[in-house]
Amino acid sequence: MDDFPPPLSPAEAMELRRRQRGKNIALLVVLIGLAALFYAIAMVRFKVS
Amino acid sequence: MDPAPGMGGASAPLSSLELPAEARDWFAMLKPRVITLVVFTGIVGLLLAPGPLHPVLALAAVLCIAVGAGAAGTINMWYDRDIDAIMRRTAKRPIPSGRIRAGEALGFGVTLGVASVLIMGLATNAVASGLLALSILFYVFVYTVWLKRRTPQNIVIGGAAGAFPPVIGWAAVTGTVDVMPLLMFAIVFFWTPPHFWALSLYASEDYERAGVPMLPVISGARATRLQVVYYTVALVLVSLLPWVLGYAGPIYGVSALGLGAWFLIASLRVLWDRQDPAGVSLTRDAPARWAFRVSLIYLFALFTALALDHLLSVPYLG
Repeated sequence: MDDFPPPLSPAEAMELRRRQRGKNIALLVVLIGLAALFYAIAMVRFKVS
Repeated sequence: MDPAPGMGGASAPLSSLELPAEARDWFAMLKPRVITLVVFTGIVGLLLAPGPLHPVLALAAVLCIAVGAGAAGTINMWYDRDIDAIMRRTAKRPIPSGRIRAGEALGFGVTLGVASVLIMGLATNAVASGLLALSILFYVFVYTVWLKRRTPQNIVIGGAAGAFPPVIGWAAVTGTVDVMPLLMFAIVFFWTPPHFWALSLYASEDYERAGVPMLPVISGARATRLQVVYYTVALVLVSLLPWVLGYAGPIYGVSALGLGAWFLIASLRVLWDRQDPAGVSLTRDAPARWAFRVSLIYLFALFTALALDHLLSVPYLG
């Protein structure tokens, strides 16, 4: 049972949360960008055809 | 890549971009300097191609070329993490310095590569998408995995990977491959060896330590300097073909002559560098450093001339 890593200090936990929040925001931006790109491509292709 | 064949040098320090440290590392994995040149030649391919392409689709195509190149660069950094850690020039990259885990980098690269190929197919056509996939696979498997650690010809053959973007740009508009994109491919292909051999002349200790068989490590600096001149002569001749064959006008022709002369002078300075009997430079390879910079400006300027020549549509006999 002592395979568990030692508990994080408050500063480490806060840093971890900050990094996770940063990753989540980056992922959100990428997903919104992709959705917008797919929408734009679809609209243009419909118009062209 | 070390230097990725096909385009440009190490990944950029991004001090000018106000990104958080972690985001900066992920961005650096894409080798933004390489992407700059790849995107630029890809845009010229798009511009020169006959026929219309909706601006949104053109933007998507350029984005896919950039992301595809970034994906290839990321997978290359994942594969080369052992030698990157040994070489001074690459030791501070995100994986060898422990800031990004190797597995995460591989996942990032593969995801970007697949996404760029799929979106290219949706936005343009199967030919452009297939060529993008081929360029990524060629860079990863032919250059990185097969050639880089085995032969001093690594960047000659591997350089083809960096020559694909103008062909992809052309294919995105036309859905075909013609003589002109093949000429642009040939220009980048012949540009790659003198560009990277100039770099490898002053980074040869790094390559030797990492066991990468770059030409100066295997054949010596003197033979490498000679090869730089040979390939520059070949490049200058190839660069004149679009003009000679009537695919470009006088703006391009005169630019290709002038820029070619400049690059050739830089290469001859490399050949005539002061050196000891073993061929070791006595000037800390100052001419090679200069030739490396000239080669970068040369390619940008040559493709700019090609685009200007086309956009200004100066009448010429073709």
